[in-house]
Amino acid sequence: MPEAKAFKGLKARELPKQELFSQGHRACQGCAGALALRLILKAIGERVIVTAATGCMEIISSPYPQTAWKVPWIHVAFENAAAVASGIESALKVLMRKGKIKQEKIYVIAIAGDGGTADIGLQALSGALERGHDFVYFCIDNEAYMNTGIQRSSSTPFGARTTTSPAGKKGIGQMTWKKNVAEIAVAHHIPYVATACPTYYQDMMNKVKRAVDTPGPAYVHCLCPCPTGWRVSPHLAIEIGRLAVETGVFPLYEVINGQYKINYPHRRLKPVREYLQLQGRFRHLTDEYIEKIQQRVNEEMARLRALEKFGSFYKSVSAHF
Amino acid sequence: MAKKIEAIASWKDLPLGCVIAQPGNAREFLTGDWRTQHPVLDKDKCIRCGRCWIYCPEAAYSENEEGFFVCDLNYCKGCGICAQECPVGAITMVLDSD
Repeated sequence: MPEAKAFKGLKARELPKQELFSQGHRACQGCAGALALRLILKAIGERVIVTAATGCMEIISSPYPQTAWKVPWIHVAFENAAAVASGIESALKVLMRKGKIKQEKIYVIAIAGDGGTADIGLQALSGALERGHDFVYFCIDNEAYMNTGIQRSSSTPFGARTTTSPAGKKGIGQMTWKKNVAEIAVAHHIPYVATACPTYYQDMMNKVKRAVDTPGPAYVHCLCPCPTGWRVSPHLAIEIGRLAVETGVFPLYEVINGQYKINYPHRRLKPVREYLQLQGRFRHLTDEYIEKIQQRVNEEMARLRALEKFGSFYKSVSAHF
Repeated sequence: MAKKIEAIASWKDLPLGCVIAQPGNAREFLTGDWRTQHPVLDKDKCIRCGRCWIYCPEAAYSENEEGFFVCDLNYCKGCGICAQECPVGAITMVLDSD
């Protein structure tokens, strides 16, 4: 991938000034998902076609007869953002080959929420990744179905209280662990997979740029804190994302051609309690469950660090066989 | 404060396939009246780093000729992210009623 290799990263002083996601969208106060969309479009630029599945980010950006998007955008049903994106990519390829439109690079991206990715759209995503279309799939993960009123999805973390996984005498909220969709994407052996968080805006924009410049499919998983659903004060939306990364609950990493690289956290992990105690959805958790979550986070981080460390070793050894 | 959206008179007025022909026309809807508090910038403390601009989910901040980032109160929803994330504490949130 020549373009992706040449790209060194955006400089903090030279971030693109152009706003392609306009003001006046209907997101809640402090919505990090809307910020993620803004950063994604800033990094990619104008030459892009966006497909969006149903979800918060579709609802807030396109209340008919208005739209916040300044780029071509299509809303599709909940399950097929990836399918429509692959169709658009194929159509562009054919039209360019037949000379119907000018030969140029037009990026195709699909945007869906965690419900549209991990639950409903998983088979469309898997199919599109397997067929190898040149597109980028963004999962805007706010860890529940927020637009219909905070119902649990398979991306909801252990212990979180939602309206369909209530906490009380019998239960502690969500009883299962969060589905790791980024790992599912890695298992397709696609050239680029990354996790990002809008708190680390420069890191996120670099990953977006690298993802769109990679030929072939790419997948970017963005954790976007939702003050309404996570029961956090809106002004802490960025801070909570930082804590999610620093405690190791949501590590930021890239997988380029199967090779892992952890970007954050690179220091010692903070205790998960700092992340959990800020949020109303974890307020009912007792020390026993917090310890359980801490243990799981430690295991996951150890696994990820091992993958990073031994990945290159494995590659050099397997080259001799 | 917000511009009222007129009810659409007839289906004949709609474009084919309900396409929205003006990109970014959500700008016509002013979200500033959702707010209870607004950011106030102390220009003596400001180091013009632009964190408020890059972190604003509403894209309400823009750079002026002097290089300061100023908030467009027509769109600011008053979430307070800019005040929280300002590294030198140059932004404070003030209640609209004061």
